[in-house]
Amino acid sequence: MVHAPTNRELLTEPACSHNPAAKGGSAKKGCAQKAKPGDAQGGCAFDGALITLVPITDVAHLVHGPIACGGHSWGTRGSLSSGPQHYRHGFTTDLNEHDIIFGAETKLRQAIEAIARDHRPKAIFVYATCVTALIGEDLDSVCKQAAQALALPVIPVHSAGFRGSKNFGNRLGGQALLDHVIGTSQAPRQAGPSINIIGEYNIAGEVWAVEPLLEALGIRVQARITGDGRYEAIAAAHQADLNVVICSKALLNVARTMEERYGIPFIEASFYGSANVSQCLRQIVDHLVDSKLADLSLIDRSEALIATHTALMGSQLEPYRQRLAGKRIVLYTGGVKSWSIIAAAADLGMKVVATSIKKSTADDKARIEELLGPDGVLIEKGGAAEILDVIARTGADMLIAGGRNQYTALKARIPFLDINQERHHAYAGYEGIVALAREIDEAMHSPVWEQVRRPAPWEQEP
Amino acid sequence: MTSTKPASTAAPPRQALAVDTFKHSPALGAALALLGVKGSVPLLHGAQGCTAAAKVVLVKHFREAIPLATTAMDEVSTVLGGDANIIEAIATLYGKSKPKLIGLCSTALTETRGDDLEGAVCRLRQQHPDLAELPIAVIHSPDFMGGLQEGFAAAVGSLLETFASPGPTIPGQITVLANACLAPGDGQELKDLLEAFGYQPLLVPDLSDSLDGRLSEAPSPLAQGGISVEQLRLVGRSEQVIVIGESLAAVGARLAERCHCSLTSIPQLMSLEAVDGFIHQLSRWSGRPVPERYRRQRRQVLDALLDTHFYFGNKRVPLALEGDLLQGMVAFLQACGAKVQTALTPQIGDLALLGESCDGAHLLVASSQAAALAQSKGIPLYRLGFPITDRLGQGLRVSIGYAGLLRQLIELGNILLEQELAHPVHPGG
Repeated sequence: MVHAPTNRELLTEPACSHNPAAKGGSAKKGCAQKAKPGDAQGGCAFDGALITLVPITDVAHLVHGPIACGGHSWGTRGSLSSGPQHYRHGFTTDLNEHDIIFGAETKLRQAIEAIARDHRPKAIFVYATCVTALIGEDLDSVCKQAAQALALPVIPVHSAGFRGSKNFGNRLGGQALLDHVIGTSQAPRQAGPSINIIGEYNIAGEVWAVEPLLEALGIRVQARITGDGRYEAIAAAHQADLNVVICSKALLNVARTMEERYGIPFIEASFYGSANVSQCLRQIVDHLVDSKLADLSLIDRSEALIATHTALMGSQLEPYRQRLAGKRIVLYTGGVKSWSIIAAAADLGMKVVATSIKKSTADDKARIEELLGPDGVLIEKGGAAEILDVIARTGADMLIAGGRNQYTALKARIPFLDINQERHHAYAGYEGIVALAREIDEAMHSPVWEQVRRPAPWEQEP
Repeated sequence: MTSTKPASTAAPPRQALAVDTFKHSPALGAALALLGVKGSVPLLHGAQGCTAAAKVVLVKHFREAIPLATTAMDEVSTVLGGDANIIEAIATLYGKSKPKLIGLCSTALTETRGDDLEGAVCRLRQQHPDLAELPIAVIHSPDFMGGLQEGFAAAVGSLLETFASPGPTIPGQITVLANACLAPGDGQELKDLLEAFGYQPLLVPDLSDSLDGRLSEAPSPLAQGGISVEQLRLVGRSEQVIVIGESLAAVGARLAERCHCSLTSIPQLMSLEAVDGFIHQLSRWSGRPVPERYRRQRRQVLDALLDTHFYFGNKRVPLALEGDLLQGMVAFLQACGAKVQTALTPQIGDLALLGESCDGAHLLVASSQAAALAQSKGIPLYRLGFPITDRLGQGLRVSIGYAGLLRQLIELGNILLEQELAHPVHPGG
């Protein structure tokens, strides 16, 4: 039986800069974040595991649990597919009282069989939930037996919600890929230099703005982990030459373990902001050239590509720059995205006057402080009241945050842009900056603001 | 928990698996009901995700900020018990925003491990004397018992048990128990109607005042409107208790029995016959004639029935809705001449089953969750129920009374008319 990693093991990721032990600090602390009852916002470990794994498009995602877990979550993710649609279906065992009292392993087995028979996915991912973990359902053995009987990969994901936060769930999802998927493919290696993209979920099709750049340089994407992902490609991810981890501390365990197991080095990068995109391309190219996987001409070709795209982007941004220059933004989003969006704002001549650092590492914080300058406000605590207070104090023109805070801003009559997983527009790559500029411009300069802020005429009378 | 005999292992696999279910958690339903109480905040006793997932759906449907808190159960509290989490969560919420009501709702996790919610509230009041008077309603809403409608009913039941008490009848006051499928706009329609006959209506819950989508002066982390806790204490003293929807029949009967009020149950208000009966009843109770406004609106409904009947006639319509809404919509469609091809509640089937039973259908009626199915089948979808995430204005929607009838006749009629113009049907085809 595969050893299911404990919370402690997963919380002390050596490659993660959140982890004090990784930098010679106390090994005991790890990344444990304790959610505060009555105050906590955000998803659970189960939610995080789904965010990481559901973008794999050609597999079925089966939630073994009562209705809240599978019922609310299916079909709501913004990850797009260029082909298979299995991932869009919501499969659940929808446990009832009887199942919980007498156990539901038989039901789970039948559910797996029904999916294999009726839907024919490339694999089935089975998600544990709080209740199935609590009553001791043996997911590992049911999945193993079903996999043998059906000759189909059936993968247990130990994603009980109470195990931790959404970020921790991302890591649990990555762990399931390491334990059961990556390295299992026997397919012959394809020619040419290749990379895996890790931690990019193809929200609104973002990866499609970046892949053509790589293709133009003759760099193949072996596996997308996991946006627009395919099971077989991820199973063969160990054949890639380099792992590129995008805006994600949570999946560093995948990159670090692949380095240990298969000797694949990794870099951390961002697709937001032209400086970051260019830097990402340069890092990939440097690695391929240094390790003799590509010849020196790749450097010239990549510089030419970067120059062309940067110039094109510059001309497309010009009209927006004039309208957005000097505008002030409050940014409320997690971790790496904070500094990468600051860079994107810089492309538009806008200033981020405050940003959240709740989920940021010490490195992220240092970088953010440098980017924001001495007047920048770092938001330590969460909550609507705190955000509105910061906006008022800084005189910001706009809030850029996750969808959860959309109505915090709108109800306070403040322009808002959604930057997280439910957005409808792609902001990655060079094209993405232009889309971001267009959306910010539309939100900020809409004629509605003047109308909603103006009192009714009778309220103006003394 | 009640125990039943173990099922045979030979049960067909189909029943073991729900594919694209439209069932929602009872805790979400309970939270929805609590949002119709002024100054309330629902608190789900479970892992963080129980709250986060419910909140996302509610926010997307109503396009409003939704107050919803969590006791944030983790591994340790799951093993040792969630008492301390409940107490800390309530004390924290009170310290932050002084809610007028906290609705403590259980989830599958905490019911399975057997947390004693009522006991935890007692211990909270002992440990925090300053919270001795804080109104708290405890709601048992585990995921494994029913869906949205059942959780909503459990919350309404708990509000009535916790606050309503018998007493001298308050003349002119009417209590309406409004089921989970009545939108904020429906609540307003009901209140207008009762006021037109001279009554002072109390809706339990009153979403029309909290989720109707209006911009307030100061954003608040609590439910911005709704029935107040003080009003809830009076709902057992009305001239009449009117229960709308079968899902609330049991809690309505309990209230009537406990507070000795006169009880009237109405399954739905979506067909002409049902609305006529209700308005006639109000006229007889109040001794007032039906106001001219409603007589005129009724004539508009009759005219719309004539104008639209060409397009409804023999149209095959599969539906997937919560029980109370399904009953109303079936009555509406049949009265228009349409044929109900399949009628599913979340307990009977899932959207995969709806997909298997919609061959030759002209129109699907379900929530936004069926949008992909409708598109793949090439059948238009009339969005109704919960959640509706790809259409605006759910806070204002009216589906009941003459106003609701008019709106649905015209909206559905337009879809069917468009379809006929696009695909002329050969007679008998």
